[in-house]
Amino acid sequence: MKLVENFELGLDAPICLTWELTYACNLECAHCLSSSGRRDPRELSTEQCEAVIDELQRMQVFYVNIGGGEPTVRPDFWHLVEYAVAHDVGVKFSTNGVRLTPERARWLAGSDYVDVQISLDGATAEVNDRVRGTGSYDTAITALRNLHDAGFRDAKLSVVCTRENIGQLDDFKAIADRFGATLRLTRLRPSGRGADVWDELHPLPEQQRELYEWLLAHGDGVLTGDSFFHLAAFGPEDGSGALPGLNLCGAGRVVCLIDPIGDVYACPFAIHDQFLAGNLLADGGFDRVWKTSALFQELREPQTGGACSGCAHYDSCRGGCMAAKFFTGLPLDGPDPECVQGYGESALAGERTIPAVGQDHSRSAPSRNAPVLLTLSRRRPDSDLAPPVSACAESPLAGFAPN
Amino acid sequence: MAAVSLDSAWTLSPSVALRPEPFGALAYHFGNRKLTFLKRPELVAVVRALGSHPDVRGALVASGVPEGQHAAYVAALSGLARTDMIRPAE
Repeated sequence: MKLVENFELGLDAPICLTWELTYACNLECAHCLSSSGRRDPRELSTEQCEAVIDELQRMQVFYVNIGGGEPTVRPDFWHLVEYAVAHDVGVKFSTNGVRLTPERARWLAGSDYVDVQISLDGATAEVNDRVRGTGSYDTAITALRNLHDAGFRDAKLSVVCTRENIGQLDDFKAIADRFGATLRLTRLRPSGRGADVWDELHPLPEQQRELYEWLLAHGDGVLTGDSFFHLAAFGPEDGSGALPGLNLCGAGRVVCLIDPIGDVYACPFAIHDQFLAGNLLADGGFDRVWKTSALFQELREPQTGGACSGCAHYDSCRGGCMAAKFFTGLPLDGPDPECVQGYGESALAGERTIPAVGQDHSRSAPSRNAPVLLTLSRRRPDSDLAPPVSACAESPLAGFAPN
Repeated sequence: MAAVSLDSAWTLSPSVALRPEPFGALAYHFGNRKLTFLKRPELVAVVRALGSHPDVRGALVASGVPEGQHAAYVAALSGLARTDMIRPAE
């Protein structure tokens, strides 16, 4: 059996486990895939988190990707990192950089098993802060500089690729190089608040091609978290155009997510009841949820290509990303909304229902630094259309525009 | 770097942990964070046996690998040596 077929059947423990420690966040990114902002009162306590780490050690989950929210705002965050490393669970954590002071950077530089990933979604403050909020560019760059100055080697610079930053790929690479970091590019998902801005921000078809060519040219030197396997269909039908990586949807098979309250989801981009496998407090621990949940059993069954099975590229792209389909209201056994063969666009143009929002921890009132993705449109000067008629315009001639 | 040969002594790196899986095992290096898939149970047995034999040949024989496949296993072990999954025994 080929290795990839083993992965499709699921492993005894995940390879890529994301653990979001809190829904609290100092930022309010427009595309936050976990709709973070406010802490959930049910979030796991320090002792409960330690018990999760003990279990991961028993399962030989060698490392976790810790995220949030902003994980470093948890008062016990650094303790949990130390606890994990001391229990043979390596840590990579994602942060916007808010707590990475020079002192903390020195502490991190002295640890062998901790990896740091700084999020930045624009190579300039203008592009970044529009989606991540005022001041977030400076915070991220300061964090990268602190790590570099402290001698921390090979931090990761993590970028979500959008319509507004695809043209900056070389600039992102230059920033990563400047700070001795490795660039990591991932895909914009219509998950969480991302659903609100996906139409406006997801890369255009010609940008997908640009991204694919750029990734091919940079090969192993740039990480992608296996984000872009849907782009493999740009290559020949024999699949030889695949990018480095597993090139399959690992949800529930080799990938999963533990959220701040201990809910286990099939993947970090699928925080929704439909992909909820169980809760590690209520259902007898993580190992049990991973091995016995009905949802995960189903995801490990052989999948059919559905509407895609007749497509010559199906073996390359495997139908793309489950979460991207689900949150854009497309059937899970059809094309990805960003299918590079063009089937996504026609599917999006058809009838579909966007699923209702699942959990939402967004702040009830945005802060003054919150991003506002509002495009102000003006009436074209040559337009002869009158402004919209309001409900209280009682003139019998309201809305009448004589030529 | 030392080359893997039938007559040299090797052992699993102290930073590496093996996790059994249906296809063989996952090998994870806590130092360089490399994850490697050992795609055959026989290879896992050989890797585990390295440390308790004076040379690679001894580990291969003890794991029941036929002589005709020894060269292929040396090649596979060389790949593991390149990422410090196994290192020369003292």
